[in-house]
Amino acid sequence: MNIFVLMKRTFDTEEQIVVKDEQVDESGAEFIINPYDEYAIEEAILQRDEHGGEVTVVTVGDEEAEKELRTALAMGADKGVLIDREEIEELDQAGIALILSTYLSEQEYDLILCGNVAVDGGSGQVGPRVAERLGIAQVTTATAITINGSQVTIRRDVEGDEEEVEVSLPVLITAQQGLNDPRYPSLPGIMKAKKKPLEVIDLDDLDLDEEDFELKTRNVEVFLPPKKESGEMIDGEPAEQVKTLIAALKI
Amino acid sequence: MGKKVLVIGEVRNGDVRGVSYEAVSAGVDIANGGEVVAVVLGEDVRSLAEPFISYGSDRVIAVNHPQLKGYTTDAYQQAILQVIDEEKPDSILMGHTSIGKDLSPRLAMKLGAGLISDAVAVEVSGEEVVFTRPIYSGKAFEKEAPVGEKVMATIRPNNIEAKEQDESRTGAVETFDVVLKDLRTVIKEVVQKATAGVDLSEANVIVAGGRGVKSKEGFEPLQELADYLGGAVGASRGACDADYCDYALQIGQTGKVVTPDLYFAIGISGAIQHLAGMSNAKTIVAINKDPDAPIFEIADYGIVGDLFEIVPLLLGELKKVEVRS
Repeated sequence: MNIFVLMKRTFDTEEQIVVKDEQVDESGAEFIINPYDEYAIEEAILQRDEHGGEVTVVTVGDEEAEKELRTALAMGADKGVLIDREEIEELDQAGIALILSTYLSEQEYDLILCGNVAVDGGSGQVGPRVAERLGIAQVTTATAITINGSQVTIRRDVEGDEEEVEVSLPVLITAQQGLNDPRYPSLPGIMKAKKKPLEVIDLDDLDLDEEDFELKTRNVEVFLPPKKESGEMIDGEPAEQVKTLIAALKI
Repeated sequence: MGKKVLVIGEVRNGDVRGVSYEAVSAGVDIANGGEVVAVVLGEDVRSLAEPFISYGSDRVIAVNHPQLKGYTTDAYQQAILQVIDEEKPDSILMGHTSIGKDLSPRLAMKLGAGLISDAVAVEVSGEEVVFTRPIYSGKAFEKEAPVGEKVMATIRPNNIEAKEQDESRTGAVETFDVVLKDLRTVIKEVVQKATAGVDLSEANVIVAGGRGVKSKEGFEPLQELADYLGGAVGASRGACDADYCDYALQIGQTGKVVTPDLYFAIGISGAIQHLAGMSNAKTIVAINKDPDAPIFEIADYGIVGDLFEIVPLLLGELKKVEVRS
């Protein structure tokens, strides 16, 4: 089975956000694999181990994303693909999806996995957009995936409820937290990863150029939420504290 | 000139979700004197169409089909594309819900449109529409505008106020026939796990517990408090990782992002991971035994104390207040 994982390199979730020149300042920030994409990578590895085949992790970014691709290879993926986007200054979700789907349309895939959302931009658009352009089915926010031949049974999180759906391969599935426990790369895994193939391709290789990327949304401003004024600490005996709280909340 | 706005309504457990009316409200502003058309889909939803008019829609289209009873991507996309083909709206809005997140990017790709996801505010000045949306899980915000006239957006529940219901408004309720075929996903089973029917993302009151709650049983008083206040129970990652509750309840950077009117953080220290999911709640109450817990820095009201003592006292006192009044 050929499995592709769409991965995004994101800010570490513990990073404080600094806005400079109306943009989020990336200097000195730690980067990680988007946590939801980690679930997708782990699931791809588990499914490959069960059904055979190959796991290819694909990302759109610049050379710095090689680090996160190597981490995915160290976890156990077989191949990494970096699609270098450097020549395009600004890309929206439609643009990223165009690049990924153009790449994938030239591959033989059975299963495409990605996170249901990235923790930076938070729009969650790229997965479904890619599925649409490839003309394949999608199932979002999966918490369990069982593959039997070409039939796939998926448990998905629907805002707290759970739904079980069936679909045939090929399908694009987005990962929700709870799908699995992503492994940490082992030392032998890290050593092996150094020798695994990491292909770098650019937009020319995909016959895409700047004209294909007309922005459909534009950023007007980035800002930090106003600082909250410090709150009121309620002192006293517990019985008094709850009375004061109820009075303050007017509930 | 005014715009024509299509609002995709959403039905959950037999009722129209509040966020659908909030999307209508945004639609009225964006239409700017144009027309707001709501569409509601299901097996038999004509009876749910009427309120959309009183909330500000000019027309409502009810799409009834047995295959629209539960949500599947293919059935909803096909049905809505047929409505869009007929109506040719300038803008399309829907809730940033499970359905909205699944459907809207796909629709946008199909229509060649930009999409602004998870909007918490809309500003309209003439032709210009600017949306505000959280990024980095609410640690920052951005303002985004569509390029060109077409606007597609999803609206985060509980942020844009629905217009006041006006029963004197009138408008047509139409039915629309759709043809659905080659549906690729089949729903086998739905397991309702969400607590007491109150949806975490739409709850006005959330009672959330962390590691300090110590056990599954420890969550029971929190559940009682939530039930009493008509709210929902949430949890920090720590509490979910420790298996005190299901991941479906997790609030935070990985997990749900919520904006209730009132948020109780109980036995939650306030790691960045958690704050990212709830710091924009309108009023935050923190109860923690550690006076130095970072949660107190963002709380509107803080109580340093034993949650196992404070929470039952709070519930008892609330019940007393009700008896007296």
